[in-house]
Amino acid sequence: MDLLLDINGLSVFFGGVQALNKLSLQIRKGEIIGLIGPNGAGKTTAFNAITGRIHPSEGSVFFCGKEITGWPAPRIARNGIARTFQNIKLYEDLSVIENVMIAAHSSISYSFIEAILGVGRYSRDEARIKSRAYELLELMNLGELASEQANSLPYGSQRKLEIARALALNPRLLLLDEPVAGMNPTETREFGQFLLTLRDNLSIGVGLIDHDMSFVMEVCDMIRVIDHGIPIAWGTPSVVRNDPKVISAYLGTDFNGAMDNHATN
Amino acid sequence: MAVSRDRLLTVFSLFILFSFLAYADSNFSHYTLRILQNIAIFITLAVSYNLINGIAGQFSLGPNAFLAVGAYASAIFTLSPEEKLRSFIIEPMLWPLSVISVPFAASLLIAGIVTALVAILMAMPVFRVRGDYLAIVSLGFGEVFQVLANNSMSITNGSLGLKGLQPYTNLWWSWGICVFTVFCTLRLVNSSYGRAMKAVREDETAAEAMGINAFRIKTLAFAFSAFFQGVAGGLLAHLITTISPSLFTFMFTFNLLIIIVIGGLGSTTGSIIAAVLITWGGEALRFFEEPANLFGFQYEGIPGMRMVLFSVILILVMLFARSGIMGRSEFSWEGALGWIKNKLSVMKV
Amino acid sequence: MDYSFALQQLVYGLTVGCLYGLLAIGYSMVYGVLRLINFAHGDLLMVSAYIGFFGIVIFHLPWPVSFAGAIALTALLGILIDRGAYKPIRKSPRINALITAIGVSFLLENVALVTIGGRPKSFPTPGFVSGAIVVGDVSIPTLSVWVFVVTVVLLTLCMAVVKKTRIGIAMRALSRDMETVMLMGVDKDRVISFTFALGSALAAAGGIMWCMKYPAVEPFMGVIPGLKAFVAAVLGGIGSISGAAMGGMILGLAEVFIVAVQPEWSGYRDAVAFFLMIVILLTRPTGIMGERLPD
Repeated sequence: MDLLLDINGLSVFFGGVQALNKLSLQIRKGEIIGLIGPNGAGKTTAFNAITGRIHPSEGSVFFCGKEITGWPAPRIARNGIARTFQNIKLYEDLSVIENVMIAAHSSISYSFIEAILGVGRYSRDEARIKSRAYELLELMNLGELASEQANSLPYGSQRKLEIARALALNPRLLLLDEPVAGMNPTETREFGQFLLTLRDNLSIGVGLIDHDMSFVMEVCDMIRVIDHGIPIAWGTPSVVRNDPKVISAYLGTDFNGAMDNHATN
Repeated sequence: MAVSRDRLLTVFSLFILFSFLAYADSNFSHYTLRILQNIAIFITLAVSYNLINGIAGQFSLGPNAFLAVGAYASAIFTLSPEEKLRSFIIEPMLWPLSVISVPFAASLLIAGIVTALVAILMAMPVFRVRGDYLAIVSLGFGEVFQVLANNSMSITNGSLGLKGLQPYTNLWWSWGICVFTVFCTLRLVNSSYGRAMKAVREDETAAEAMGINAFRIKTLAFAFSAFFQGVAGGLLAHLITTISPSLFTFMFTFNLLIIIVIGGLGSTTGSIIAAVLITWGGEALRFFEEPANLFGFQYEGIPGMRMVLFSVILILVMLFARSGIMGRSEFSWEGALGWIKNKLSVMKV
Repeated sequence: MDYSFALQQLVYGLTVGCLYGLLAIGYSMVYGVLRLINFAHGDLLMVSAYIGFFGIVIFHLPWPVSFAGAIALTALLGILIDRGAYKPIRKSPRINALITAIGVSFLLENVALVTIGGRPKSFPTPGFVSGAIVVGDVSIPTLSVWVFVVTVVLLTLCMAVVKKTRIGIAMRALSRDMETVMLMGVDKDRVISFTFALGSALAAAGGIMWCMKYPAVEPFMGVIPGLKAFVAAVLGGIGSISGAAMGGMILGLAEVFIVAVQPEWSGYRDAVAFFLMIVILLTRPTGIMGERLPD
């Protein structure tokens, strides 16, 4: 079955404020789905509700046919939804390689007693986790920085490290919250290419939030637009781009500017 | 190759350590031996305390209570039935505790397990919610332990305490347990469990988003640390041979806090170094509190002076030298050999 | 338990509850604003008690003057503690601030021990709080009336300040989210100092009245009340002022009533707060007033 994520009528209230209103969204294997909207539209809230960081007030989330609404975050992660964060959340004081290895914690089969005694599956698992982590770092071009401290990396590399860490979970669905924020146009274009290959090679689904319209338009198969928590449009990049509701939602923001950049790029 | 070299060097250093202890055992004064044992017990305590506070980043103030639990658990199991009959004068001891008596080693194991169970009971309410509730609950438990111990006459003998414990603890027991604790802690920290603990310390949200069950990892760190603190309590009980509910004051915890902070919060190596420094130095600082004759002046000694000094040191380290002696780095043979080589080459030039 | 006995216990419980409440408010406010358990808060009770004691016994100052002096100086000390010990590490991990707070608490206790000595000093109870009003079978100590009135007045004042004044509003905003306050153009450090001053002043008032009830002043007298007050703050939903006062009352009543109902449990009195805390964390971690628990 190709349907990975199936969200129906997902709503989130904070106190009296409705941060997300009846969002529905499907992500299939091999698809990159964009979730866009002006600032404060509820995009990150949607990610938080999907990944169990916050409890949705209404609606349901199905993942691979299983209902996961309201599950605790770690359990959802272990079931195959990995994410990155808008304001990069690395384990700052740890090394780059440790950051990636940590995401493989749920895949270890040894108990803490085996770890202390150094017997059983301990050595085998550790070796596996480590070589897998190096592989992922190579994939993200971070191989040489493996023993650096995570917060000593430049901003762009930190974003990449976050993705490497998310991939170490072996996810079926990857949710990226503003992955190209702070990257320059060249880096962004490279990252777009990378994302497309990643999707094809790993055959995973990707959910994507970003403000860089040219990037979103280029990589996404379908786009869901929300404004003030309310879904206002759905379609392919070309449909969404010309939707009057979308244009008016972005009115006075940098939507047109972003589109112009897209043209000149 | 580097691994077997390191292992060789470690075994060799342990050999040196135990040879030194053997020499000390037959040549040093009773007082010095006592300090040596205190050092071993404090290393055990500091290394395990650092695991929950420094590695997992959860602020516990529990060591004194865990010491007490461990001390009582082990003492109750080593005392002979006759001694129990003699001591429990107000209320007889609860059967079957009154007739059980086990070897010292078994009592230490019991002490560790009981203390770890207490820690798990505490972890259940505390780690379900985020926030620094562990600090207050573990601090409160120290007070509650006293209340409970004073009131459960038939188990603890109330405020009379337990007397006449056999002085089982010697240089070998204390240092053996110490080395064992350091070994276990290092292995745990270097495994995926240790990495998960650090991840929870660095960013709990990100740790959970990566599939780490923060509740379980924190509980593991807390129970593991409590286990060894309980064992240390058993050691301490059979070193001083008389225990009472009010013996294990918050002072223990405060001293340990200073040790792990000065050593560098999160560094096991740092905890070891600082435990040696503070335990030894603390002995030296006793003169502040005891009457002495300094240069012909009669110095009356001021109780509490040492603690004033210690609290000032703690605050100053936190404000100006937060990484302590070691920061978060650890000793490695690689690093040590490199450092020596470097020094040698400088000397040649 | 007959009616008048219950009423009598109610009087005792409310008296202790008021004192816990006054101490809890400072804990709660500081936690709300800084997410810091200010372990030194309980020791302010002791500091204020000593100042009051010295004011009366050594300097022979009249009652109101030493009372006011103790409150003012303790408030000042609260500000100094924040500026000296907590402000420099606002941006570092929370565990550092907690360790510093423990350090400050220990410093205060041991400085008191070194300079004043560990022997408890008997606090001179003024004439106007002695005696009792007898209503039917219930005897209401005059002190209880004073404690209750003073607490209500202080609480009302505190709420007014927090709700009506600009700085009070900024304080509440700060305990909800930092950004808004920055936008309002309020100096964050001033708000924090104000929080410490207000909380410490309430603790000081509580400290003086504590000594009238339990007239022994010693360096470690603030430890247990401090612990209990924190429990009271959690009970009421940490961060909420009225919640803290309410939590204090509930804790005071619980302690008194448990011992009244089961006299053989009197030895466990000091453990009540602890178990209450466990129950709250297990069942309703947001506190009885339902404030959002900050993470």
